[in-house]
Amino acid sequence: MSGHDYHDHDHSELTETQLRVRALETVLTEKGYVDPAALDLLIETYEKKVGPRNGARVVAKAWADPAFRARLFKDATPAIAELGYAGRQGEHIVALENTPQRHNMVVCTLCSCYPWPVLGLPPVWYKSAPYRSRAVADPRGVLKDFGVSLPKDTEIRVWDSTAEIRYLVIPMRPAGTDGWSEEKLAELVTRDSMIGTGLPKQPKDLK
Amino acid sequence: MNGAQDMGGLHGFGPVEPEQNEPVFHADWEKRAFALTLAMGPPGGWNIDMSRFVRENRPPAEYLSMSYYQIWFAGLEALLKERALVTDDEIVVGHALHPPKPVERILSPGDVAQVLYRGGPTERETNTKARFKAGDTVRAKNINPLTHTRLPRYVRGHLGQIERVIGCHVFPDSNATGAGENPQWLYTVRFDGRELWGEGADPSVTVSVDAWEPYLEPL
Repeated sequence: MSGHDYHDHDHSELTETQLRVRALETVLTEKGYVDPAALDLLIETYEKKVGPRNGARVVAKAWADPAFRARLFKDATPAIAELGYAGRQGEHIVALENTPQRHNMVVCTLCSCYPWPVLGLPPVWYKSAPYRSRAVADPRGVLKDFGVSLPKDTEIRVWDSTAEIRYLVIPMRPAGTDGWSEEKLAELVTRDSMIGTGLPKQPKDLK
Repeated sequence: MNGAQDMGGLHGFGPVEPEQNEPVFHADWEKRAFALTLAMGPPGGWNIDMSRFVRENRPPAEYLSMSYYQIWFAGLEALLKERALVTDDEIVVGHALHPPKPVERILSPGDVAQVLYRGGPTERETNTKARFKAGDTVRAKNINPLTHTRLPRYVRGHLGQIERVIGCHVFPDSNATGAGENPQWLYTVRFDGRELWGEGADPSVTVSVDAWEPYLEPL
């Protein structure tokens, strides 16, 4: 089964699943177990408010503000909460520092644990069998799938999120960004660079 | 359980295929299945480890043929039926046919932001002492429970180093079966890629898992 088939399957049984989900929502609503307005709010929260822009702000601040950076690597959860990001699937966050010697990559081989408050809900590839199976055994091969190639002697450090600790990669600050504001720096931070399957954009990419 | 969810090191799934400009959800039913799962937490009364177990506890062929939110939805149905909050005949007709069971509380719109912000921290106070310290060499035990565990197969039996003593956290193996939180010391344990995958493996790779003390034995 290729990753492509895995993804396509999402759509092939859509009608049956759609009907089943609708039926269950009706039952649960009629029984008074759920309030549909709360469902709408949950969806809106993760579609509109919580996403990788949060994490990008954390990274940009870590690049621009040495005192924040020190707090972030000492204990990330309260440091990130200073920006208002906390809670479900981010109760215990650890920030991982990429350096020229070490590149960090995050996976959850057992399900799809992911730091929701800073990155939002995980993309399909993060939850897929190809990523979960290979990230721990062949991380350089996975990086190649993302078009990323690192020097042979760079240590690749893979973090399998098997407990309730959630990991956020802090990529290296791109060169040529001296004096940039946090807002502008945040534009360089991609979601994948905070998972460790990508690198931040370069200043030339913004033009 | 040694189910299909435990994927680390499996071959044959092909390349990772990122989707450009991926939406948060790919279909309306995914949104509803996601929200129903979160909203049924408070009235349902189950915990995250029970949720994970009902998702993974299915034949491997079935698990691998389902999408992420199909697995979530199947898990939700299973939990609801286990507790008789919903019955099969109700799912078939798509309407309530029986009186609701009393539940402690439901998630109201006004509570959503606060409930999400609070989350579900798993660290617990303890008066026990951690058995291991950073730098210790440990072996991940060879365990094969039929019930929920968070020790992936690819590290079992292998030697690693304690990188960090994280704290005392709810133990999923107990919590998933309803046997209580039974908090245990939790460690980040780092393994050399060659220890896990053999001499031919990339020497620049190290892999860590977060492992509770009962998963580990001293060398």
